[in-house]
Amino acid sequence: MTDRAAPVIGTRPVRHDGVDKVTGRASYGADLAMPDMLHGAVLRSPHAHARILSIDTRAAEAMPGVKAVITAADIPECFATVAMGELPMDMHDGSDNVIARTKVLYHGHVVAAVAATTVDAASEAARRIEVVYDKLKPVLGIDEAIAPDAPILHAGLTAGDWAGQAAGRPTNVASRMELKRGDLAQGFAAADTIVEHEFRTTMVHQGYIEPHACLARYGQDGRVSVWTSTQGPFLVRDQCAAILDIDAAKIKVTPSEIGGGFGGKIVVYLEPLAIALSRKANRPVKMVMSRDEVFRASGPTSGTVIRMKMGATRDGTLVAASASLWYEAGAYRGSPAGAGAMCCLASYKIPNFLIEAYDVVVNKPKVAAYRAPGSPMSTFATESLVDELARTLGMDPIELRLKNAVAEGDKAPYGPAYGPIGLQDVLRAAQRHPHWKAPLGKNQGRGVACGFWFNGGMGSSASVTLGADGSAAVVTGNPDIGGTRVAQAMMVAEELGIPVERVRASVADTDTAGYTDLTGGSRVCYATGMAVIRAARDVRDQLRGRAAKIWDVPIDAVGWDAGRAVPPNGRGDREALTVADLAAQLPKTGGPIVGHAALYAPAAGPGFAAHICDLEVDPETGGSRVVRYTAFQDVGRAVHAGYVEGQMQGGVAQGVGWALNEEYIYADDGVMQNAGFLDYRMPVASDLPMIETVMIEVANPLHPYGVRGVGEVPIVPPLAAVANAMRDATGVRFTELPLSPPRVLNGLEKSSA
Amino acid sequence: MPIRYEAPESVAQAIGLMQADPSARIIAGGTDLLVRFRAGQERPSAFIDVKRIPELVRITVDDGGLHLGAAASAADICEHADVRRWWPGLVEAVHLIGSTQIQGRATVGGNLCNGSPAADATCALIVNQARCVIAGPGGERTIPVEEFCTGPGRTALARGEVLVEVRMPRPAPRTADAYLRLIPRTEMDIAVAGAAVSVTLDEAGTCTAARVAIGAVAPTALDVPDAAGALVGTTIDEAALERAAAAARAAARPIDDKRGPAAYRRTVVGVLTRRAAHIAATRARGL
Amino acid sequence: MSRLHIETTINGEPVEFLCEAQDSLLAALRDQAGLTGTKEGCTTGDCGACSVLLDGRLVPSCLVLAAEVQGRRVTTIEGIATGDRLHPLQQRFLEHAALQCGICTPGFIVAAKALLDANPHPTEEEARYWLAGNLCRCTGYDKIIRAVMAVAND
Repeated sequence: MTDRAAPVIGTRPVRHDGVDKVTGRASYGADLAMPDMLHGAVLRSPHAHARILSIDTRAAEAMPGVKAVITAADIPECFATVAMGELPMDMHDGSDNVIARTKVLYHGHVVAAVAATTVDAASEAARRIEVVYDKLKPVLGIDEAIAPDAPILHAGLTAGDWAGQAAGRPTNVASRMELKRGDLAQGFAAADTIVEHEFRTTMVHQGYIEPHACLARYGQDGRVSVWTSTQGPFLVRDQCAAILDIDAAKIKVTPSEIGGGFGGKIVVYLEPLAIALSRKANRPVKMVMSRDEVFRASGPTSGTVIRMKMGATRDGTLVAASASLWYEAGAYRGSPAGAGAMCCLASYKIPNFLIEAYDVVVNKPKVAAYRAPGSPMSTFATESLVDELARTLGMDPIELRLKNAVAEGDKAPYGPAYGPIGLQDVLRAAQRHPHWKAPLGKNQGRGVACGFWFNGGMGSSASVTLGADGSAAVVTGNPDIGGTRVAQAMMVAEELGIPVERVRASVADTDTAGYTDLTGGSRVCYATGMAVIRAARDVRDQLRGRAAKIWDVPIDAVGWDAGRAVPPNGRGDREALTVADLAAQLPKTGGPIVGHAALYAPAAGPGFAAHICDLEVDPETGGSRVVRYTAFQDVGRAVHAGYVEGQMQGGVAQGVGWALNEEYIYADDGVMQNAGFLDYRMPVASDLPMIETVMIEVANPLHPYGVRGVGEVPIVPPLAAVANAMRDATGVRFTELPLSPPRVLNGLEKSSA
Repeated sequence: MPIRYEAPESVAQAIGLMQADPSARIIAGGTDLLVRFRAGQERPSAFIDVKRIPELVRITVDDGGLHLGAAASAADICEHADVRRWWPGLVEAVHLIGSTQIQGRATVGGNLCNGSPAADATCALIVNQARCVIAGPGGERTIPVEEFCTGPGRTALARGEVLVEVRMPRPAPRTADAYLRLIPRTEMDIAVAGAAVSVTLDEAGTCTAARVAIGAVAPTALDVPDAAGALVGTTIDEAALERAAAAARAAARPIDDKRGPAAYRRTVVGVLTRRAAHIAATRARGL
Repeated sequence: MSRLHIETTINGEPVEFLCEAQDSLLAALRDQAGLTGTKEGCTTGDCGACSVLLDGRLVPSCLVLAAEVQGRRVTTIEGIATGDRLHPLQQRFLEHAALQCGICTPGFIVAAKALLDANPHPTEEEARYWLAGNLCRCTGYDKIIRAVMAVAND
């Protein structure tokens, strides 16, 4: 093993869990089994909106192989909240979503669950449960939900004085928030050009390839073990504790490997059911969702209606913007409308604006986080209008953006001033890149768009242990979705000056890992990484202390350079001691060394990106294809360059799918018509070209290496980048997504008529 | 009653099993049947696996033309040197069915028996004058492929009958075909509209025979004699292409569904007919 | 019970298992043969996560009945490496960071092996169309295709 002197950060080592993943040995949620295990199946509502009048489980209970049947009656009504970072999570709704108590609020809403000796027996038994419903008219979109005679989902939800809803009366509009600055009327009065459109997007799904899966065991001692595919094991613990009224200290959650999350594996769906079934049956219970169930009954993101207006002076200065954002929350309140409001103008200095955001309940699955939740839809509106302004003013679209782009010291729309940020850098990089000037072929168009996401901080813990052979192990509680274990190993290697192959990075369970907030919010490399660095520095300082002991000098006299404790000047009789040297002497110098850190990271460095998309359109069929794509992003500091590029490319692909072909298609009865990968059309390998990535590093001063969250920003620009390319290729401005061939052909025919 | 699995080794055995139990289902590739089964849309009493019956999996070419076993996989068909040489348009169409994985399983027989109006193979079979050889308790019969599917999910098979093979004559000299379909992505989707065209040219480049079939725009794939008629006697110039497209549009009886609105399908089937005819003509001219 | 007794060869080894007539090969591999490397993403043949080779032919194991593999040869992801030597595809996937969550990776490697067996030097377009039946939601396919092309160009 060679000694390591060169920096590790920024290189591309093979990830430590990689061999397991390319050989099929890695264990995901559905790969786990236990002796004596039962299988759980769920009975789901056949109606999008109905009252539950009665549930008769006797026929199911009598079936061979059935060991337990549960309904909401087996679970106490929940009035708890769970801390999730800065926001509390209302578990009354969360609990009702897990299993319906009095009303079913979407097609697929859980009504009962069965545990039996085989999957087939459990499903067959679930079908024998008799439920009597009082069917109600479903509400399937924003327009329907806010209509004066709309059916009301929640009798207790009453309106404030907003947007035509009668204050104090039952409503489907759960909340309103507002951001404003300056004087809107004056702002628009000063504008030489004003553009305004109504934009529409549909519900879409994160599309992770691994369906939800878990295995729960309720022991006779009242201790619960849960293995599950999740982004947040501590959150699973706390949600299950709240929903089932079990002491959280009695629940241990072990995260399996996770086959994609993107925000959709934070809220619990199966785990409370599996635990309750296991408690009743006295045996472990495994539950796996089918793909159909994932689409119908997990947590997609909001469909939206967004009306936005922007004004500029003739030299391209943005002077005013107003927007009303209407986001579907699904069956219970809580859409990302607020985040959408905070993000949509975040890239620009606009002195006068008013953004209103409305959270609307509809009879669809409760929405969950999806990669930069709320931002892609509202940014679609902004970046489409900015594109229109550029055309109207005859300005280059990147020049117009540069003219108004925020920089350090400018105030974000939601209040604080930005620290060092890279928006102008990414825009200039885009402008200079050969893609921007490359000639376009027939029926091809080019669009540019930029985007923003705050990124998260929150709490993380880490511990780093030193082995007697000078190797190290780092342990955190963050499931590794995209390469964070290798990034953590690289940080430890960097801090201790040992080869990255000599560091093992593990993900531990909720009993053995220090508390950490979820894997999400683009926070693991940043915040958990910060804890890892601090823990590694703790080890390093302890090693200096051991060297001090060996040399009989004060610890302050011991230096550290590239993996060696260095003796004070003038002590030429002492050799520097490597980590391996010191590790070999641990027992003699004081025993084992473990470094710890637990911190609450300040809100992270915000991320900005700009994307250029070339689209080729078939004007006779409305079909289109992305033929070239370049993504520019301020990544702060790329720890593992390959996995940062991967985050950018993955976000682009999801955004392209959202723009072109992905949508939830509902029939009038509220039943989703395309709940499978055949007709929910995500991009396949032949749909996309190579996705070029350009990483710009504007160091985030909050982090020792300058790391900034990178995972979410890249899904924000593509919706408008694609729509702007479509405008360029066809001359038609499309304001409704997805740009499926029938919609595009219809738009082309209308515009030439 | 638990479901049975049977693997007959002769056509007679298969007929006997199907005749005895009308709730049994033949499984070839399973790419439609198993999807319906897992969705709870169908519950057969038995899966009758016909892939061990030689006549159903063989692919042979003789003076009579092509004998395509109903249960030969798309992958086997598309790799077969003689089929690629003499029926490239058919290979093109069959190759579009699903993904590479699906190709390893899907069969032309299954594609026909599933009775989907959007099946990719059917249009190409029609323009290649394919005929279906059916064996049953009453003996063997042969019908033109365009009569095989009688409606969405419905076929001309009677109780106890099994589709054994699909036969196609050798194409006449200077004959070429093409199949195009419209899908939103580049792969994996069910056709929103499809069109197959076969043309035969004489030495002067005039079209002496043609066939046009359109798919996904009616309860079954449709043979469109008017569209073919628009090409015959012409040099397949722009005007003829446009007339063929118009005839295809007129023959289409599409519905609105989650894969596309009716008006869109009608427009696009015209575009595809014109393009497929142009490609077929270009290919025929090069022969 | 009417379970079928199936004798087959998986990754070169003789294997026996019991199954119902309606069980898929995917379920038999995962639940009977203990080979959980092949993944379930959809059970409708649309995602490729369940890809295996059946007598060398790439198929979706969710749409093969377990009973059908009597007397046949199945190759799964567990049979791609040779002893402790990774297959070049596995090696290149690691070097190119061609996986993020890794759930689609077994299916891609089996499918890519089938590609290179049939066509040792595909173009990028040929590789993309061959692999169109394997969904990945994390990578945008870029690094996967680069890894496959790297092996093809070796």
